[in-house]
Amino acid sequence: MLEIKNLQVSIDNKQIIKGLNLTIKPGELHAIMGPNGSGKSTLANVLSGKNGYEISGELNFNGESLKKIPTDKRAQRGIFLAFQYPLEIPGVNTNNFLKTSLNSIRKAKGEKEIDALSFLKLVKEKTSELGIDEKILSRQLNVGFSGGEKKKNEILQMKILDPNLSILDETDSGLDIDALRIIAKGVNSSRNKKKSFLVITHYQRLLDYIKPDFVHVLSDGKIVKTGCSELAVELEKTGYKKLN
Amino acid sequence: MKYQELEKTKEYKYGFTTDIESIKAPKGLNKDIIRFISKIKKEPEWMLDWRLKAYARLKNIKEPNWQKPKYPKINYQDLYYYSAPKSVKNKPKNIDEVDPKLLETYAKLGIPLKEQEKLSGIAVDAIFDSVSVATTFKKKLTEKGIIFCPISEAIQKHSDLVKKYLGSVIPIADHYFATLNSAVFTDGSFVYVPEGVRCPMELSTYFRINASETGQFERTLIIADKGSYVSYLEGCTAPMRDENQLHAANVELIAFDDAEIKYSTVQNWYPGDKNGKGGIYNFVTKRGACRGKNSKISWTQVETGSAITWKYPSCILQGDNSVGEFYSIAITNNHQKADTGTKMIHLGKNTKSKIISKGISAGHADNTYRGLVDISKNASNARNYTQCDSLLMGNRCGAHTVPYIKNKNLSAIVEHEATTSKINEDQLYYCNQRGLDQEEAVSLIVNGFCKEVLQQLPMEFAVEAQKLVDISLEGSVG
Repeated sequence: MLEIKNLQVSIDNKQIIKGLNLTIKPGELHAIMGPNGSGKSTLANVLSGKNGYEISGELNFNGESLKKIPTDKRAQRGIFLAFQYPLEIPGVNTNNFLKTSLNSIRKAKGEKEIDALSFLKLVKEKTSELGIDEKILSRQLNVGFSGGEKKKNEILQMKILDPNLSILDETDSGLDIDALRIIAKGVNSSRNKKKSFLVITHYQRLLDYIKPDFVHVLSDGKIVKTGCSELAVELEKTGYKKLN
Repeated sequence: MKYQELEKTKEYKYGFTTDIESIKAPKGLNKDIIRFISKIKKEPEWMLDWRLKAYARLKNIKEPNWQKPKYPKINYQDLYYYSAPKSVKNKPKNIDEVDPKLLETYAKLGIPLKEQEKLSGIAVDAIFDSVSVATTFKKKLTEKGIIFCPISEAIQKHSDLVKKYLGSVIPIADHYFATLNSAVFTDGSFVYVPEGVRCPMELSTYFRINASETGQFERTLIIADKGSYVSYLEGCTAPMRDENQLHAANVELIAFDDAEIKYSTVQNWYPGDKNGKGGIYNFVTKRGACRGKNSKISWTQVETGSAITWKYPSCILQGDNSVGEFYSIAITNNHQKADTGTKMIHLGKNTKSKIISKGISAGHADNTYRGLVDISKNASNARNYTQCDSLLMGNRCGAHTVPYIKNKNLSAIVEHEATTSKINEDQLYYCNQRGLDQEEAVSLIVNGFCKEVLQQLPMEFAVEAQKLVDISLEGSVG
């Protein structure tokens, strides 16, 4: 699904990622952990195609190089990023935003646009599955949402858009235990042989609920250690310092 | 119809001209031209006197020049003040008599006058250059006692009403362009809604400038008698021409006790080309008087066209408890300029006003909000809320806010909020990440920004206005 080879990323002449290799196969869930400033969020942004980075190395998604593909086209190909800080867009109804989003992805796949009624049904199904209050859909997109609501909204979008590769950028930061469970539920219920996940986190806490196939430790722009889920537990005890 | 011209008009789809024979008065501004206009309109003596009085006044006043957008000097002697399609010289009595070419033009503009009668619930008065070509739904309105007709017809048939109210809100001597309009206005709409009547449909006027080197000076007068209600909408387009054309209209609204007038404008005059060549100078005076107690006047404008937009639809809140509202979206792209806002003059007690202004600038455009909230000594408990938001796209455009507040009454409460923001790269990225392309993303964010104002438009026009917002900004984000 995703193949990253010797990825080097700089911004304003400062190198952030310094030769990163990572392969994610269909059905796998990878967790990336690492201290502040290790390049975790940069990796998430580079994968989703944010502007402003200088990139070298290989970045392939389903056998196709992503480097020249703009953000919207990547999204249409099934790459989803749950933002660390979801943006507020005043005056834009959350429900309409989601519908517009789903339809542009469907259109790109050559599918028919979803009608209002089917969409409503889909939304109802997903909100009740996750235990999210439907009311957030009638509000302006992320405007006045609490931190938890914003993150839940990201996961709801992930469920509705049904991407192939979901990247969660510190979705767990600052969440209480109930919200954390909702996030985990959203991920776990989506896992199957075809879907892949890249979960970026600071803490092992989320990984109590989501069991990763692999845990990578990112430090100073490189993956310095890879292991199975026990690695996360170990890190929580010893901290990142020992790894350097 | 010149179809090859249509090809060029992808950016401005109303930019076509209609090949139609027209009757023009000779170029120039003088007493004879005014007499000519008055005569061809078969006006009574008092109307001609009124026009000549305005003309006499005009010679003693100067064009204002305090506005932000500057323009080259207009040679008023080099304009046509009257142009009419030949075929309506003998006024058509009903739509079947209207020149098919004119009907075709309006159909192309999205206003099928003929079907209009049967299908939609909107009565339309269509103004082509200097004359009104058709008014639909007349019968249905007449049954309710509502008068909706070209002002030229009202001057003949409802002379006493026109005589009483014309110029009562915008006096002849108001300012240069208003005075010019008073001297040479050619057509426009007249509406009278009798006491206690709620107008059962939207009334709408569609203005079209067709002939070249023509100024359009229309005059609209709307009177809502006690306890009545009317919602009125005007739309405007013009062909693409290299020269600048002047449009100086006067609109007067009068609301008596418990009456309400809702006036909406979707202005899409030709804005000029990408380099700022051509386009309409839209110098318009719009003013409403809330004469009676509990009366209400609400202006909603979506300004997307014109090379220069210069107008301040205003409310004089004379009656106690009267309410004035101003909702505005002004979009300027390429080299367009706008200096627009409102004046809320609080005279009566417990008068309320609300101003919501959304300015959007892209390209090299310049957008100014200018507003006045004036609370007089007697306007106890007056209340005003103003919110002015500006959105900038790119780094070559400008946004300015010039609010004036004059308050002579201590019990008044005046609030002013303003924001200026650049269209946020992160918001765009967020939308892109959800599969929306750049244009969809811009459209979504801008429409969100304008939502409070778009909501004020009558349903039928809200969708059209939203599309217009999209088109106006197409290609403005790289």
